[in-house]
Amino acid sequence: MSVAGINVLVEETRALQAPLLDVRGVSAYYGSIQALKGVDLHVKEGEIVALIGANGAGKSTLMMTIFGQPQARTGSITYAGRDITRMATHEIARLNIAQSPEGRRIFSRMSVRENLQMGAALHGGRYFAEDLERMCVLFPRLKERLDQRGGTMSGGEQQMLAIARALMSRPRLLMLDEPSLGLAPLIVKQIFSAVRDLNEREGLTVFIVEQNAYHALKLAHRGYVMVTGAVTMSGTGRELLDNPQVKAAYLEGGQH
Amino acid sequence: MATGSTTPIAATARAEASPLPGLIKDAGLFALVTLGLCVPIVSYRTDLGQGIGLVITTRWGTVLALCAAIFVLRLVQQLYLTGRARRRAARAPVVEGASRLAAILAPITLVIALTLPLLATLLTGSLGEGRYWIDLGILILTYVMLGWGLNIVVGLAGLLDLGYVAFYAVGAYSYALLSTVFGLSFWICLPLAGLFAAAFGVLLGFPVLRLRGDYLAIVTLAFGEIIRLVLINWTDFSGGAAGISSIPRVSFFGLPFTAGENGFAATFGLSFNAMHRLVFLYYLILVLALVTNLVTLRMRRLPLGRAWEALREDEIACRSLGIDTTITKLTAFALGAMFAGFAGSFFAVRQAFVSPESFNFLESAIILAIVVLGGMGSQIGVAIAAIVMIGGPELLRNLGFLKAVFGEGFDPNEYRLLLFGLAMVAMMVFRPRGLISERTPSVTIAERGR
Repeated sequence: MSVAGINVLVEETRALQAPLLDVRGVSAYYGSIQALKGVDLHVKEGEIVALIGANGAGKSTLMMTIFGQPQARTGSITYAGRDITRMATHEIARLNIAQSPEGRRIFSRMSVRENLQMGAALHGGRYFAEDLERMCVLFPRLKERLDQRGGTMSGGEQQMLAIARALMSRPRLLMLDEPSLGLAPLIVKQIFSAVRDLNEREGLTVFIVEQNAYHALKLAHRGYVMVTGAVTMSGTGRELLDNPQVKAAYLEGGQH
Repeated sequence: MATGSTTPIAATARAEASPLPGLIKDAGLFALVTLGLCVPIVSYRTDLGQGIGLVITTRWGTVLALCAAIFVLRLVQQLYLTGRARRRAARAPVVEGASRLAAILAPITLVIALTLPLLATLLTGSLGEGRYWIDLGILILTYVMLGWGLNIVVGLAGLLDLGYVAFYAVGAYSYALLSTVFGLSFWICLPLAGLFAAAFGVLLGFPVLRLRGDYLAIVTLAFGEIIRLVLINWTDFSGGAAGISSIPRVSFFGLPFTAGENGFAATFGLSFNAMHRLVFLYYLILVLALVTNLVTLRMRRLPLGRAWEALREDEIACRSLGIDTTITKLTAFALGAMFAGFAGSFFAVRQAFVSPESFNFLESAIILAIVVLGGMGSQIGVAIAAIVMIGGPELLRNLGFLKAVFGEGFDPNEYRLLLFGLAMVAMMVFRPRGLISERTPSVTIAERGR
């Protein structure tokens, strides 16, 4: 075997061991306000990782920073062995990372079908019919509303659409920002069970940012807790759920 | 399910809202009150007589006209109000009605547009007599084309462009200069004008990539003015404020529209008629406008066109789906500008004269008003808005009969802009989202089978 061949092999093994997404010492600013203070976290292939924290802790900022907007001022973000710290948002998206952004951001004047088509834009419609079927199975509610305008649907349906739209690009890593925000508990359960399904059946890697700590930690393999721009705790979902500090700060008010 | 619950309500509303006799009685009462008020105020008028005394003149005609006007207005108002109540009761059918209206209007408008020269000839007696109508048709179609072009930028991509007329000017001057300086024919200049305008579109696009909304509008407004001021002040290049005159006329793909041996008429064995050129120009702009429309309709079904619409909805979501917003914006600017360039070179060949005068901000405002009134993104809406905005004021010129009502000194022309303003206010109140505000999806169930 040639030296080059061995090198490739070495690279591949390293890639297998290295996490899919690796965030190291990332800090980000909005103007002069520091929103992230050296965040370290990683997501391994096939994992569901939850990031929990209170309002304004910087969870969504971290999500946006991974997506290049705002770009990290210090630190590095590596995805599948590539440094994506300085890449433009759409280029990052083309590396098979999909995002369901904060506030859903569906195209409200376009129909559900058109929204899904936009999600599949990266593949130029090659797998559209097949993926549309998959989404209809995953979220039967969307199937009934394919030709309805996105903006006329309920919040839960819009959230399902946002996730389905992200999945249409056949991502390796799915990033969800507050999927439970403002939704009825039953809908939240449906959405979370869909995410678990995707992870178990298709091995999809999921990074989820949530305020709803109980549901998120129950779903996740591992979790991180973020307080004012820095990660303060990490562990398996179970560990964090049982942690008295987490209980006091984020699980007060019972299990809903 | 929805219709099941609304139908009984709609039925009761209809049963309640049928009393037309009642409405007429109501309007009659209004007219009567008007009459009562008018008798002492309007009907007698005193003028200075020849001698010392005053002479009473009666103005019963005016009184009658006022009463009739009040009667009609009240009737229309009541009919509108009951109609609205009925529509409130059954909202869904109305939305359907709007898109059905568009579906009916589109072919009718197209047939009229295709046969306009014939219609004008038949209605006025001869081709020469129909000249006014064909000229008006050309004017309207130019604005329809500009409206459709701007619709790509504003209606689809959601980028508010207040300087669209700049690209129109670039197209016009491209043809004017290329033909007078290099002697190039119109058919070579037309695509070149489109290319130049598209290049200017990209040129404008780059600095404004990061801007949206108000800021974008101001920069594009400035861009339009810069182009105009350059044309005025760079006298060596553009002829300055005097413009460029004696631009070569259009030819029938090389055959000039002249009475000579090699002319269009002689070649086809027709007797020479100066109107041939005008009819040809009419069909030229019709074809150009239809091409604009077809390209837009086609683009909407392509990934790029869909990306424009998505960009209008949410730029951040677009980026996170892997859409390069830079390319998307620049192509929208370039394509919109290209059609303005085509329209501009058509303008130059029709007028045989261009000057910066024709490309002021008012033009941009009119084109934008056409797009907004038409309902952003609706093709037929834009066409109808262009007819109303350009054709409407023209028709006012012919309202001579109003003199009989308001006296000899009344010139309807002077009230054109007033009526224009009234129409705009009426639009704001009754159809704030444009004439045709329904957006047709670019994919529907019918395509699922594929």
